[in-house]
Amino acid sequence: MAGRDRGLFLLRRFAGTVVVVALLSVGMFGLLYLAPGSVQQTLLGTRPATLETIAAIQARYHLDEPLPAQYLRWLGGVLHGDLGTSVRTGMPVADMIGQRLPLTLALVGYGALLALLVGVPLGVVGALRRGRAADRLVVTAGVVGLSAPPFAVGLLLLVVFAAGLGWFPVYGTGEGLADQAWHLTLPAVALAVGAVGMFVRFSRAALIRELDQDYVVFARARGLSGAAVIGYALRNSLVPILTAAGLIVTGMLAGTVLVEVTFALPGLGSLLVDSVTFKDVPAVQALGLLFTLLIVAVNLLVDIGYSVADPRVRFGGRTS
Amino acid sequence: MRGRFPAVARRRPQVAVAGALAVLLAVAVAAVLSPWLVPGATDQDLVLGITGPVPGHPLGTDDLGRDVLELLVAGARTAVPGALCVAAGSMLIGNLIGLPAGYFGGWADALAMRWADLMFSLPALLVAIVVAGVLGGGYGLAVAVLVVLFAPTDTRVVRGAVLEQRHRPYVEAALLKNLSAWRIMTRQIWPNIASVTLANGFLNFAYALVSLASLSFLGLGVPAGSPDWGRTLADNRAQLLVNPWAVVAPGLAIILTAAALNIVGDWLHERVDRRGRAR
Repeated sequence: MAGRDRGLFLLRRFAGTVVVVALLSVGMFGLLYLAPGSVQQTLLGTRPATLETIAAIQARYHLDEPLPAQYLRWLGGVLHGDLGTSVRTGMPVADMIGQRLPLTLALVGYGALLALLVGVPLGVVGALRRGRAADRLVVTAGVVGLSAPPFAVGLLLLVVFAAGLGWFPVYGTGEGLADQAWHLTLPAVALAVGAVGMFVRFSRAALIRELDQDYVVFARARGLSGAAVIGYALRNSLVPILTAAGLIVTGMLAGTVLVEVTFALPGLGSLLVDSVTFKDVPAVQALGLLFTLLIVAVNLLVDIGYSVADPRVRFGGRTS
Repeated sequence: MRGRFPAVARRRPQVAVAGALAVLLAVAVAAVLSPWLVPGATDQDLVLGITGPVPGHPLGTDDLGRDVLELLVAGARTAVPGALCVAAGSMLIGNLIGLPAGYFGGWADALAMRWADLMFSLPALLVAIVVAGVLGGGYGLAVAVLVVLFAPTDTRVVRGAVLEQRHRPYVEAALLKNLSAWRIMTRQIWPNIASVTLANGFLNFAYALVSLASLSFLGLGVPAGSPDWGRTLADNRAQLLVNPWAVVAPGLAIILTAAALNIVGDWLHERVDRRGRAR
């Protein structure tokens, strides 16, 4: 019984996800027609408009077919791993993405880990010391953090820690695991600052809400130790923190674009900006779809996380 | 134990709010008066080029020999109007859709909320980069794209506030008086939710300022050479060893202005809405 309900819950989320991806894939396909100038010109890029190049585009994209047929043809290619050819470099888009995906995943993973390890404890401190000086400091620092755009933070970090103190390299990605981690540290911190601010805000609010509940008063009245009570409250504030984590990590996928440009890192974000600036529509379409899939994957992971964190979901009870 | 579980939260730090208001005042003055305060902010001095602080240029110059301090002041005039347009535009759309959605409910409401859910799950900046970039970039386009992307959040906030008011006695009294739905929405309910939308507007203002600066930083906003904080950062990041102030000054300006807007927005939210902020 419980297993079936949990399965149903995930199945419904999954179906919703498929609809979202389908809608966004139509949007991504539409980019080709959104770009200024004719579609043919867009796909030609800087290549000369000779009979051969036009014929090649015609053979590949079938621009005379009705739009739904073109969309299905494009989607079919995508599903078979054919993401098209970059107008800018002439390389298959799939290869370009393959080269750059690891760096972006490492950067976002590193940044998310930093944000979680710093943000949630700070939020807990704020909630436990509510209204005191420590809380005010945490809250204000959190607001400044979530206001600061990653590129501004990144450049300030470069000025202080790379150019000023010389602790970290200014550019480059490094060789070997330790060296790469060292090179990625400043970018990851720049990416994490805003996320720390969000984690502080959400975890503090969630824990304060729990500490105001009746069960906390009763547990304290029964003489349970402070640590045990806080343990219960923390456990119950996990679900809202998890919800926030989904939003925060998807936000970091946008932030990584700014960070990669700031630190001149060869990741998906800098590829997106280069492609967008060059009007390399096939590459932009593929990258947009990939970012969509990453966002959707994060949201699905959060949904699975719910059922682990919240017994009401796990045992198939009513969730509201 | 009383200290660990205080029964009533004390008031938020008023010092931070006062500081934030001071920052906003300074930015507003710079935005309005910069043509008279720094008429030659974009004057280039290619002979001087980029240099650190020297007499006459307290924060040094950028790569085109422009005074960094003057650019900083002039940058406020670029940063504020666009962000204000985004906040006001999305507030307007949010009210126009959110009021009837919350008041009437039904399938149109459900559709509007699914749309808001979809937009909420996508990072606005990422969509703005793709759409503004493919369409060719530019400040006006960036503002328009952000209005469309921000409007769902406003819609949701307005709808939620309307739902809370919907079954209050004064609305039922107005219904009994046979007032039209339009009149109840605009004259009876709206004054009660205006403060919530205003507080949300401040938060949108902050987010719009940062987003516009980000787009300009990526070269998708203002044209090259414009006195814009994000653009100045992008133009000078290769020179941060020669004159770090050319990077530090606009970077701090963006962070401080956005933080000040968020602090004031949070403060307003706490005063008008017990449930806290939406974003």
